[in-house]
Amino acid sequence: MHPAPSLILFTTLSGLGLGGLAWALFALGAGPSHAAIMMVAFTWALTGAGLMFSTAHLKNPKNAWRSFTQPGSSWLSREAWLAVLTLAIAPLVSFAVATGRLPGAAVALPIVLCILTVLATAMIYTQLKTVPRWHTGWTPFLFVILSLAGGAMLTGRSADAIGLLLPAGAALAAYWLSGDNRVRQSQSSMNTATGLTHGTVRAFEMPHTGDNYLLKEMVHVVARKHARRLRYIGFGLAILVPVLLLTLVPALPIWLVLAVHLAGVLATRWLFFAEAEHVVGLYYGKR
Amino acid sequence: MTQLPAPSNVKLGLVIDLDTCVGCHACVTACKGWNTENYGAPLADEDPYGAKPEGTFLNRIHSYEVQPETGPAQLVHFPKSCLHCEDAPCVTVCPTGASYKRAEDGVVLVNEKACMGCGLCAWACPYGAREMDPSAGVMKKCTLCTDRIYNDNLPEEDRVPACVRTCPAGARHFGDLGDPDSAVSQLVEARGGIDLMPEQGTKPVNKYLPPRAKDQAPEAPIDILAPLLAPMTPGETDTPKGFLGWLDRALDSLPGGK
Repeated sequence: MHPAPSLILFTTLSGLGLGGLAWALFALGAGPSHAAIMMVAFTWALTGAGLMFSTAHLKNPKNAWRSFTQPGSSWLSREAWLAVLTLAIAPLVSFAVATGRLPGAAVALPIVLCILTVLATAMIYTQLKTVPRWHTGWTPFLFVILSLAGGAMLTGRSADAIGLLLPAGAALAAYWLSGDNRVRQSQSSMNTATGLTHGTVRAFEMPHTGDNYLLKEMVHVVARKHARRLRYIGFGLAILVPVLLLTLVPALPIWLVLAVHLAGVLATRWLFFAEAEHVVGLYYGKR
Repeated sequence: MTQLPAPSNVKLGLVIDLDTCVGCHACVTACKGWNTENYGAPLADEDPYGAKPEGTFLNRIHSYEVQPETGPAQLVHFPKSCLHCEDAPCVTVCPTGASYKRAEDGVVLVNEKACMGCGLCAWACPYGAREMDPSAGVMKKCTLCTDRIYNDNLPEEDRVPACVRTCPAGARHFGDLGDPDSAVSQLVEARGGIDLMPEQGTKPVNKYLPPRAKDQAPEAPIDILAPLLAPMTPGETDTPKGFLGWLDRALDSLPGGK
């Protein structure tokens, strides 16, 4: 799949923002303080900025408001609703908790909404049967746990970050390895794509001499040769180095560790799109 | 609405004969012509006379080589457009309600006035049947020429999709695949019509008729002249005998010979 910068920035930054917002709300619920309120405001803004990147992906953004019309069937529509609900309810509940109008436990509602929004984002990709690498429970798990791990660092919770980075690393490895397997074991082949089962099928002549939308959007094969190296780089920066820094050099400012982690997540997110194979590639004799 | 309607009794669709298609691309041209001049945004052509021409098409023809375990390879031309699936994944993923399947005849369409150009429907389609128009920024796909098939202003023989009307080989058939007695259903029945990528669970309405089995060359040669016409072995070509040998020697002795 084409690794669109708008989608990489949208999923990474909104994920980080929502994870941070969840932790900031948690801190506020535990005991209102000026710092906790400021952190809610900051992560709220980061989430909003991250979500704005998703609109850069639209070719006809004037109809974006219509994406609120189909929550009954569409994960993208559900995500739009959950994102707006989270951004609307989090400040209201925060204000009520900070001023003592609601008990601290009330932050549970916006925290759940934060997590559900990240989950809905991940489900947009997970639901696609056409992309075997994404079509797995590891995808939403990975998105949510990376969001919470990044959010913990963003809100200065190093112990929680270490606790979340370890399962996040395991999820990342499981996503990659099981993904390789799913692609290998995919039932779709050039034979099932063409229905020609009486021999080996080879793409003899392309339907068009130039490029087209399908090839650019879904048969992005250029970057796959770097996939393995990028996995090591992404895993190192997103998981390994942050865990080592947080445990061995606790004096280090946590925003520095977060910067390393963020670079790693961006690399893995780029790879998430760039190495994902769409079955339509089979019609072109490519994966 | 992007929730799928209950399966309709009428299932309009195409039956494509892979045995008959000659790969002339006439259907591609007819489709682009009709659908650029009529319903919806015109189909873009970017850089049409330049170095990198590129455009939106609702129908494209692939060509495949099939190499059986024994015997010569075969060439199969393969037209591909929207299959108007019964369980259309492109419809349910749409967040705006622009992508829909008609309850009355099962045709899958895009309401361009509601499309926001997110491209998720094209990602959900295993067949590559949808293309984002680079100029209009909306998703384009086969409409089964709904503006022809119900068009009372056209002569009756023209009330079929443009690709079907134009096919010079008779490789494309249009009809109601929900009616087991229709001509297209009978054709599918007789020729063992198949679904593309059935494992994707989309239940396509369009069916493909596989190429007929090729004739096999008989095991024993039946031509009595064949042994006499067999190619000469290298030894024989080096030193021809008889009349050919005399001719060879005579020509060699002429000036300019060996």
